[in-house]
Amino acid sequence: MALDENGKRIFKQVGTRPARPDGIDKVTGRAMYGADATAPGMLFGHILRSPHAHARIKSIDTSAAEALSGVKAVITSKDFGTPEDESVRDVQDNCMAGDKVLYDGHAVAAVAANSLAIAKKAVKLIKVDYEILPHVTDVDAAMQAGAPLVQEGRGLDDLPAGMSENVTYHFEFGHGDMDAGFAKADKIIERSFKTAATHQGYIEPHACLASMGIDGKGELWCCTQGHYYVRELCAGIMGMETSQLRVTASEIGGGFGGKTTVFIEPVALGLSRKAGRPVKLVMPREDVFRASGPTASSSTDVKIGMTKDGRITAAHATFRYQGGAYPSGTVQFGAQSAFAAYDLDAVQTIGWSAMTNRPKEAAYRAPGAPMAIYAVESVVDELCQELDLDPLDVRLKNSAHKGTKSSYGPTFDDIGLEATLEAAKAHPHYAAPLGPNQGRGLSCGFWFNFGGNTSVSMNLNFDGTVGITEGNPDIGGSRASISLMAAEELGIPYEKVRTIVADTNSLGHNDVTDGSRVTFAVGLATIKAAREAIKIMCARVAKIWDIDADAVYWEDGFAKPSGPNAGSFDPMSIEEIAAISAETGGPISGHHEVNADGAGVSFGVHLVDVEVDPETGATTILRYTVFQDAGKAVHPDYVEGQMQGGAVQGIGWALNEEYIYGDDGRLQNPSLLDYRIPVASDLPDIDTVILEIPNPGHPYGVRGVGETGIVPPLAAVSNAVSRSIGLRMSALPMSPPRVLKALTAKG
Amino acid sequence: MVKVAIWGSLRSATDGKAEVEVEAGNFKQLLDQLVIEYPGLEPQIKRGVSLALDGKIYRDAWFTKINEDSEVVLMPYMLGG
Repeated sequence: MALDENGKRIFKQVGTRPARPDGIDKVTGRAMYGADATAPGMLFGHILRSPHAHARIKSIDTSAAEALSGVKAVITSKDFGTPEDESVRDVQDNCMAGDKVLYDGHAVAAVAANSLAIAKKAVKLIKVDYEILPHVTDVDAAMQAGAPLVQEGRGLDDLPAGMSENVTYHFEFGHGDMDAGFAKADKIIERSFKTAATHQGYIEPHACLASMGIDGKGELWCCTQGHYYVRELCAGIMGMETSQLRVTASEIGGGFGGKTTVFIEPVALGLSRKAGRPVKLVMPREDVFRASGPTASSSTDVKIGMTKDGRITAAHATFRYQGGAYPSGTVQFGAQSAFAAYDLDAVQTIGWSAMTNRPKEAAYRAPGAPMAIYAVESVVDELCQELDLDPLDVRLKNSAHKGTKSSYGPTFDDIGLEATLEAAKAHPHYAAPLGPNQGRGLSCGFWFNFGGNTSVSMNLNFDGTVGITEGNPDIGGSRASISLMAAEELGIPYEKVRTIVADTNSLGHNDVTDGSRVTFAVGLATIKAAREAIKIMCARVAKIWDIDADAVYWEDGFAKPSGPNAGSFDPMSIEEIAAISAETGGPISGHHEVNADGAGVSFGVHLVDVEVDPETGATTILRYTVFQDAGKAVHPDYVEGQMQGGAVQGIGWALNEEYIYGDDGRLQNPSLLDYRIPVASDLPDIDTVILEIPNPGHPYGVRGVGETGIVPPLAAVSNAVSRSIGLRMSALPMSPPRVLKALTAKG
Repeated sequence: MVKVAIWGSLRSATDGKAEVEVEAGNFKQLLDQLVIEYPGLEPQIKRGVSLALDGKIYRDAWFTKINEDSEVVLMPYMLGG
């Protein structure tokens, strides 16, 4: 769907900042989150999880648990079938282990009882006989031949010599003559990097309420980013037809990619089916860390050549990601996006993915990109230091632009990277003086964005107000943005529109809320649905006026005659048309279903100033500015919130957050006390600069903004710390002990 | 004939060629033809691919029209967070 009026449309409501529709509910506690659902006769579920990183389950004795008063059902993997689809089988196995437990925290059995206390007591009575197996949690170790094998028969078909069967994916991208490119360089830097696995860190733990009837029909209420996908996964695992399982998404307390799959929902459905009663299941925070998906950890080698005047002549990187105990292809996105910000004649990226004895990875904002771009942007920064070049000028000199053959293949259309870099260069932040022990870092970031399957209905009520029904949980303000776009199109006040998220049986399929797709794709479908309704309204008015439908047009909430030749009629308002809709042909609605494309890629640039305490190694973020091409910012508050939120999560990834495993393969820090997420007192105000380079693939020029913001902070902060301490850091997180160790070694 | 760029790790299925030519007027025809002419690509195409047409990335858009001079790039299936 092409950009309206060549991007010159003057908006009346899009771009304003009305009050968020969910604000009062959230601050007063009225909002219904996953754990708030209740049902008559509801039981409480609890899950037994493995204390071992890798073990064969020899037997499970549930008899004592079943005999406990108040226990209504106990299930293990034997209560589930074997789905045909391999990826669904993996999800099922991750929710309830089969013959082996594959990581510390892997579910083994579950209980439903009259109270949570009874369920917890019963779980302790379940006896599991394990045969402990060797384990591996480090990606480089897991890839070596002879490493403990996480799952048999899952390795690459054409496995290179020396590699373990744990290696499941291999990707290569790029173009050009690498040898010739490096031969032109005046300076070549090669460096290796490591990043830790981090959790999405959403405040609301996974929670659901499942109710299976004896007639085989099921109801599921859960907190998720995609209830249609939840329905497909759960129906596949439960052996149900999708029409018989209705899934309703609750309000959501953060997702960031981590709620794009299921961890407990099939277990709750299985317990409910066995008990014949509704079952509520809520993940304790410890289980969220141990058993819901963190992002991949990574190990990377980067080699970049540059001329004395700052032109990159060749760039190469090898990425090794581990995605937990099941095959995971996230490394492909790292390998594709690593050099996307650059216009390169010679570039090659190689990605390998390996299984380890860690929880199954789940998506995390721009999955795979932050750690890849961290490594690349660190080497670019080091080259700038070595060659005494301005890091922004170097990026401008090499920046991708319209017509650039991207490092992952396609040629870019209109993109906003150069404008974003220019904005950063012109900003006072870039010229501000720095004090002792302070450093400034910057990094570019990139994400693809996409559209996807989307279904929207728009209903005109008899009083002229409007209801929008869409099918994507609102994780970043989409209800406000969608209402704004409907109001803009219809020419009515924002307050006259209410957008709700429907359950799976009330609307056609909607893809998961991911890929920064919702404001783009659902917005696009909403605009089309509104245009359909406008067409109907104009046709009804044409009949009243007894003129051709083409002689009526829509403006500012009114149907109007298109000119003197159409006749002289007083414009009819949307309220007037709605009020007589029963008499003119019945209810008025608009619908649109689409598999949206044309999302438009997104670039961002982050600038950060830090101060490192040489006594403790602690890093303080002094100043942070985010520059991002958002396309048209529909509701700038939310756009800024996405940019700020991405920066904060990236700062946590850079400085403190990490999954720490002991020698026994058990997670050492599964709590928010020991897993250090940044809090408000750790941070300055995050300044934002929105650039609005219209996306040619959307009628209002909208691009997705949800993911790009987490990509640059890792390198931006690392570059700032490295410049501050005069030492190149090459591992994340740069926690105080790690920085202090580096400073001590430097002397 | 449409030229299709193949990413590096799939080139073992195209006799090492970074670009192949197939007869196709839309994505469905292109994917079908790739499987016929290069059977080694079938597992990846079954797992899922995206296609970039003149710089724009598409998922599951069978009937998107392709011109002979279009730039077509086979890409892994896009996911997000």
